[in-house]
Amino acid sequence: MIQLKRPLIAALLGLSLGTPALADSMIGVAAPFEIQSPDPSTTGHIFTNMGIAETLVDADPQGRLLPGLATEWDTSEDGLTWRFTLRENVSFHDGSPMTPAAVVNALEIARAKPGPISGLPVAAITADHDAVVITLTEPRAALPAFLAESRTQILAPAAYGPDGQAVAVIGTGPYRITDLTPPLSLRATAFADYWGAQPHVPDVSYTAVSRAETRALMAESGDADFVFNLDPASVTRLSQSEAVQVISVAIPRTLLLKVNAAHPFLNTPEARQALSLAIDRAGLAQAVLRYPEGADQLFPPAIGSWHNAGMDPLQYDVAAAQALLAQQGWAPGADGILARDGQRFALTLTTYPDRPELPLVAAVLEQQFRTIGVELTINSTNSSEIPAGHQAGTLELGLLARNFALIPEPIGTILSDYAPTGDWGAMGWDNPEIVALAQAIARGEGTDADRARVSAILQTELPVIPIAWYQQTLAVKAGIDGAVIDPWERNFGLARLRFTE
Amino acid sequence: MNILISRLVQAATVAVLVGAATFAMMRSLPGDAAWRIAAGRYGYDNVNTAAADAVRAELGLGGHWFPAFTQWMGDLLRFDFGVSLVSGQPVIAEITHQLGASLWLALTAVGLSLLIGPPLGVLAGLRPGGALDRGLLVVSAALKAIPQFLMALILILVLSVQLGWLPAAGHGQARHFILPALALALGLAAVNARIARDAMASIAAMPFYHFAQWKGLSRRQVLWRHGLRNVSVPLLTYLGLQFVTLVEGVVVIESIVGWPGIGHALVHAVFARDVPMVQGTALMLGLGFVLVNALIDLAVTRIDPRGAR
Repeated sequence: MIQLKRPLIAALLGLSLGTPALADSMIGVAAPFEIQSPDPSTTGHIFTNMGIAETLVDADPQGRLLPGLATEWDTSEDGLTWRFTLRENVSFHDGSPMTPAAVVNALEIARAKPGPISGLPVAAITADHDAVVITLTEPRAALPAFLAESRTQILAPAAYGPDGQAVAVIGTGPYRITDLTPPLSLRATAFADYWGAQPHVPDVSYTAVSRAETRALMAESGDADFVFNLDPASVTRLSQSEAVQVISVAIPRTLLLKVNAAHPFLNTPEARQALSLAIDRAGLAQAVLRYPEGADQLFPPAIGSWHNAGMDPLQYDVAAAQALLAQQGWAPGADGILARDGQRFALTLTTYPDRPELPLVAAVLEQQFRTIGVELTINSTNSSEIPAGHQAGTLELGLLARNFALIPEPIGTILSDYAPTGDWGAMGWDNPEIVALAQAIARGEGTDADRARVSAILQTELPVIPIAWYQQTLAVKAGIDGAVIDPWERNFGLARLRFTE
Repeated sequence: MNILISRLVQAATVAVLVGAATFAMMRSLPGDAAWRIAAGRYGYDNVNTAAADAVRAELGLGGHWFPAFTQWMGDLLRFDFGVSLVSGQPVIAEITHQLGASLWLALTAVGLSLLIGPPLGVLAGLRPGGALDRGLLVVSAALKAIPQFLMALILILVLSVQLGWLPAAGHGQARHFILPALALALGLAAVNARIARDAMASIAAMPFYHFAQWKGLSRRQVLWRHGLRNVSVPLLTYLGLQFVTLVEGVVVIESIVGWPGIGHALVHAVFARDVPMVQGTALMLGLGFVLVNALIDLAVTRIDPRGAR
């Protein structure tokens, strides 16, 4: 017994004598996203957020495109040839220069993997002196915005293995990785040969912590300096703490109900409007999400060009919802659930727990729909069940959080989701007008009136029912200045942070 | 020697059974594997038909189960665990990394529980019905009744947020061990203490124990020479059984404090339908169970050689 204990005691004594908390020169980031691998197709967003890798094009908080690794770009008369002039004297973290050939290599590898850029009508990507030339088979006005997406980040040729999978992250950003330990952590230090201004904070670390409650506790106890994405209850609590500063900003992401518009119960705009009228968005936003208000249209005010302030907002009116359903031939049955031709108005709502608020909102919707006589069965499962159910035509209702900012120009998402249907957008719906409008806007021929018309069609037809606009939240330790949330979720902005004197 | 051979046979049987069971379970899960793997790789914002099709084409999913099963068993015999479908890294590399993290956590927890539980249990057992005995009964029942996730959250709130002594979460430094290990250890210690207490009480009541005192040994000598050795036999045997509780706890605690261990990996692999990772992880846990019990058998035989031949 004694023999057995002695080494254990020694081990325990050794363990309790750890090094002190993070040194002052280091900022520790905690966020929910796990590091899958060094490959940009799965983990690229962490590398751009941490300032390790960069894209050709950058974006400001309003979504205006800024020069990144490309200093300028222009397009030919017919919109088919794009020339991106590359920034001079840019080095990769391994010391090699960023040449046009290296950029072409990175873009070609990105294009061969799933992602927004793989859906572009690209004919060829070639190097030309100090520039990269992209030729298209049909015009895409938003092409520069696609090149701001994290998966189009430019890594050195040495970063990729023979199969095109990245084996190391050799980027151009202000920080270079010193230690990458999937799935939970990485460390990086300032890159001395960075082309831009040197970061103020010399060392940064990233820890993936999937539980929002744990992240909030890390912020509260000071174990992490920069905690991304907090749960609603923790925001309220941390806002009262003096140890941290809580920042929140509206982001181009909407909580919405995807509707199978081909379903016999839901194949008229009136039926979908009735469901929309049954949702108490303000109550839901305040009680579950702790936001001041719900969404009264699909596009949040954060997407200025698509948010249409002149439209009639979506309302909450149970009596109107009941009247609409009565017009559709529905009458309450003995159990309070509506029935028509012997069929009960019962639907399955599919959602996923990756975002913890979704199952909660689903539970509230179940109650609110019951008051108008619609019965919901909640199926909280893997996120892929929604696109898979879309493809199979079996999905009835899907509750999801849709990011309109996969690229900093929502037309990419609108084309893939609403022209006319998409895995994460409209289903069983057909509207030739919106398809024509979206394609014209994508080619660069659209006007503000066209964008307003797209919003208006979605508002009356309701192929998806908007519920709330998201806020992104961040807790930053007191004593750190310069923290801003990028609404496009591209960059944590660590290089701009500084310690208060 | 016999004991080693029988344990090796047992390990092989466990490997085949765990392999077949995980294979059958993963095959019978609802939903399309290509979609699940795509969701695991690219996240909910980016999983779509194109991503699922790319995964299906890359991995050649959807064949008949029999060739897939024989191939996996063949790979297993060559100690080839394959490549993770989500990260693309070799499963064996991921498991060694994660198993190491979990092993240290589990060992620290067991060590802590042995420091806390048995000494208190032995003291209580020496005076059955005393104040310590009654107090310990209440405390250990309460500790055992608290689910491990709640225990972890309570400890984070008290030790990290209120007192600021320990980090709330994270890994990589020695001080990160204490909180999750303590959360696991308190539940284990609650049971250890009860086992030690009952064993000590029954041994202290036996004639040989009284005889040892009567022949003139001090209380300390009696406890040292005749008490502890006997108490350690049921304690060690029970430790083997606690391995199951420990694995369960590790799975829960790891996801709460963000520990890059095998429990965390198993949960994620199941969600992402990462079959090679699930099979590899389950196999490691199964073999770990055999190994722990073999070691405990050997230790018990050393302590109490009566049953050995």
